[in-house]
Amino acid sequence: MEEGAIIQHDIKKAPKTGNWRYMKPEVDKEKCIGCATCVPFCPEAAIEMKRGQGQKKAKADIDYEYCKGCGVCAEVCPVKAIFMKK
Amino acid sequence: MNKELTKNLASGHSACAGCAFPTIVRTILGESDVPVVISNATGCLEVTSTLYPYTAWKVPYIHNAFENAAATISGVERAYKILKKKGKIKKEIKFVTFAGDGGTYDIGFQSLSGALERGHNFLYVCYDNGGYMNTGNQRSSATPFGAATETTPSGKMSFGKMEVRKNLMDIAAAHGVPYAAQANVAYLPDLKKKARKALETEGPTFLLVFSPCTNNWKFPTSQFVSIAKLATETNFWPLYEIEKGKYKINWATEKPKPVEEFLKTQGRFKHLFSEKNKPVIGQIQKMVDAEFRRLASLVE
Repeated sequence: MEEGAIIQHDIKKAPKTGNWRYMKPEVDKEKCIGCATCVPFCPEAAIEMKRGQGQKKAKADIDYEYCKGCGVCAEVCPVKAIFMKK
Repeated sequence: MNKELTKNLASGHSACAGCAFPTIVRTILGESDVPVVISNATGCLEVTSTLYPYTAWKVPYIHNAFENAAATISGVERAYKILKKKGKIKKEIKFVTFAGDGGTYDIGFQSLSGALERGHNFLYVCYDNGGYMNTGNQRSSATPFGAATETTPSGKMSFGKMEVRKNLMDIAAAHGVPYAAQANVAYLPDLKKKARKALETEGPTFLLVFSPCTNNWKFPTSQFVSIAKLATETNFWPLYEIEKGKYKINWATEKPKPVEEFLKTQGRFKHLFSEKNKPVIGQIQKMVDAEFRRLASLVE
């Protein structure tokens, strides 16, 4: 239902907040231990644990469409596997 | 985009980079096993999550005005109760209000008090960032002693805010609510436990969650977790709960860090480190110690 002041969630209308970013977090998949500490702290919920080809464990994977580049993930990472790059 | 985390609040909201409240909202709502209905007071959370024509909320959500978030949810909860009694709604639904400290401590205070007193079955969550951050950092009654804000600037005659924070936890507990708890965004397992307990408890429940503000506390966007952690480690923000009048401290250390370590991480306390304002830090330390002693004395 979409009537008057009521609006329905539609992700297609979402602003792509990735264009706010001036520092880009990059995950070092070799170093990442897959602990998922960064996942709940990401304000954009842009981090997912994904298992790539030939990987035993799921590793952090960042959605750059929404990542604002705040750097919280790099800060909370216990093994410093996320780097902020210009 | 993380599917599990965005079940209730999606990405694409326009909260500042490095803001703490999306984590709070997602963690608390993630603990509900049944559908939720949200009411939200005016504030950062409201303006950033509902920018027309987009809404980041995937759950029923009402924003009414600044002062009546608790009154709004009261009405919704009562309507649900009647419809359930008549058999028109069968499923179990939880009701949650989110408000900042402005919408809780000051402007929404009377409606919160009324809703707690009437005993509606809902959870009220206040994310406390210590000021009116949405309008550019004006003081609220949650702003800590000594903090510089737009309306309590530091200068020749002033060291920032000269009044002490309102003790909202005790005020909420004085309503005789079955469950009230103070939590911190940096301690997620604790926050989860408290959210689950609050949602499962019948009657009005209250959560006060520490939420650092990168923009107006003036710290780098990457720091909210470490600063929130320091707030608890220095006893500035103790984690405790009040269950049916019984106090329980959830996290304590033998050797709390000096409060200076928390203060020096933020620009809003920068002026306290000048020669003239040094005694104020001592004063804050004394207040923090006294408050923690008082709290400890309340634990049986």
